[in-house]
Amino acid sequence: MMDIVYTIWLRNIKRYLRSKSRIAGSLGMPLFFLLVLGFGLNSVVRIPGSKQDYMGFIVPGIIAMTVMFTSVFSGIQIIWDKQFGFLKETLVAPVSRLEIMLGQTLGGATTAFIQGFIILVISLFIGSGHHATISGFLIASLFMVLIGLSFTAFGIAIASKMEDMHGFQLIMNFVIFPIFGLSGALFPIDSLPGWLQSLTLVDPLTYGVEGIRYGLAGLSMVNPFMSLVVMAGFTLATIALGTVLFRNISI
Amino acid sequence: MIEVENLTKKFEDHVAVDNISFTIERGEIFGLLGPNGAGKTTTISMLATLLKPTSGTARINGFDITTHKDEVRKSIGIVFQDPSLDEELTAYENMDFHGRLYRMPGNVRERMISELLSLVELAERKNSLVKTFSGGMRRRLEIARALLHEPEVFFLDEPTLGLDPQTRNHIWEYIERLNKEKEITIILTTHYMEEADRLCDRVAIIDRGRIIALDTPERLKDEIGGDVVTLESRDIEGLYAQLSKTAWIEHIEPHDGFITLTLHNAERHIAEIVRLSSTNGIDIDSISIHKPTLEDVFLRLTGRRIREEEADIRDRMRMMHRLHRG
Ligand SMILES: Nc1ncnc2c1ncn2[C@@H]1O[C@H](COP(=O)(O)OP(=O)(O)OP(=O)(O)O)[C@@H](O)[C@H]1O
Ligand SMILES: [Mg+2]
Repeated sequence: MMDIVYTIWLRNIKRYLRSKSRIAGSLGMPLFFLLVLGFGLNSVVRIPGSKQDYMGFIVPGIIAMTVMFTSVFSGIQIIWDKQFGFLKETLVAPVSRLEIMLGQTLGGATTAFIQGFIILVISLFIGSGHHATISGFLIASLFMVLIGLSFTAFGIAIASKMEDMHGFQLIMNFVIFPIFGLSGALFPIDSLPGWLQSLTLVDPLTYGVEGIRYGLAGLSMVNPFMSLVVMAGFTLATIALGTVLFRNISI
Repeated sequence: MIEVENLTKKFEDHVAVDNISFTIERGEIFGLLGPNGAGKTTTISMLATLLKPTSGTARINGFDITTHKDEVRKSIGIVFQDPSLDEELTAYENMDFHGRLYRMPGNVRERMISELLSLVELAERKNSLVKTFSGGMRRRLEIARALLHEPEVFFLDEPTLGLDPQTRNHIWEYIERLNKEKEITIILTTHYMEEADRLCDRVAIIDRGRIIALDTPERLKDEIGGDVVTLESRDIEGLYAQLSKTAWIEHIEPHDGFITLTLHNAERHIAEIVRLSSTNGIDIDSISIHKPTLEDVFLRLTGRRIREEEADIRDRMRMMHRLHRG
């Protein structure tokens, strides 16, 4: 079981390390957010009821965003494997689809974690004002891993249902961007009107963002334990969903 | 080795494979020859457990393709019609990935990979990324990869589609060597009749999902009886009326723009054919004589050429051209 998962994971990592331009490219947007929003609004925006400056507030949000987008993309990658025919090579081997699915999920989550970690390190250098403890970093990392696993599995679930990349734009605009936008990555959810706040509370990414924020900035609008439970549950649910849909993938 | 019983695949209401049955012996090279859309790939996909049959079944190496998928998968190696390599990995890494998926122990894997890469003459390029490979190199790598876990049955779906004649010859040689040295059972699909003719011990001619003939290439061609003469003319009807009265023509069949005749000692009769038609005022645009090929067998059985579809496309393009010019 683990040998197959490892094999699939290894392929994902090799492809990731080899695509320097993709690594750099997908760091572009988060860096842009970090610099423009962070520096641009730092002196203007105050977070109500907190000493934290805006830069320190959005760094966790941008890390969550990086991990989320990278993992959704790596999950959706299997559409390319389908189109370039490589998926057939895996499906015709005497291995179970669960093993393939888990290998893909771990691979995607690993690359997403690395991308998020790069942003984290960069943010330390440009002075996010964080003085997180080791345990704080570990808590943030745990949430990054959970976001990575759940959203890769989510991407695989979507990709299993898609014939080709045509639906991709639709999914981005009506699923992925709303999940990001509503997550409280860029603004405190407390200050939203009530109806919008309840929307953010059904968004799973909110709990990921809050968990990372708790780890790095020591501030969170949701009970961190609650965040952990929700994220863990969401991860299990998406892996189950991804497994079921991937099992029925047709080539 | 392979027993196929009433295998059928329907896509919605379109029947892609229609109730086919055949048996393949161990060590045989068996060909599925048919035009585009005949159902060759669909058949292979079902046998390789990638597609669920609508009805019917098959056993490979004694294992049922629907109930014992894993055992079937271990017994087979497959080269797909469409490319299936990871272009971002090297030749060696593609092989290594495959070996690991089939749970080959590390030392065996390494030894087999280098052995097979030398067989297909890619040993020097083993650390190059596949995206730098030519079509022929990719095909050879796919063949090596599919052989890595030492399958007993080897599927090749259009192994030489789109390759130049030299590479094609090369691949034919590998296939023959494999079959002789390793005694692998091989099923290949093709719509190149030369390929089926040269490689296969037996050929099933498949059209619109049905097997319409199955025998050795020699016996299939013998059925034609004699040499094949093809005449092109603008007056097919006149020519047909004239020639069908001739006793020494064994078989005559009019087609769209040409007529095929079968007769013995065609060389000696050609002059007479020309004389007959010119005394009746019928122009013949071209004449060709050849020994029967599998193409003639297909033409005889279906009234169409295997490559007709491609000709169709050319005609359609010409039509569009004309429309555009008004
Ligand atoms: N997934 C699918 N859904 C619907 N129809 C399909 C599907 N796959 C194949 N078909 C149809 O089934 C028929 C047989 O296709 P198949 O690919 O088996 O032909 P083939 O003999 O391999 O042809 P080619 O020489 O072009 O490879 C075709 O009419 C094709 O359009
Ligand atoms: Mg085909």
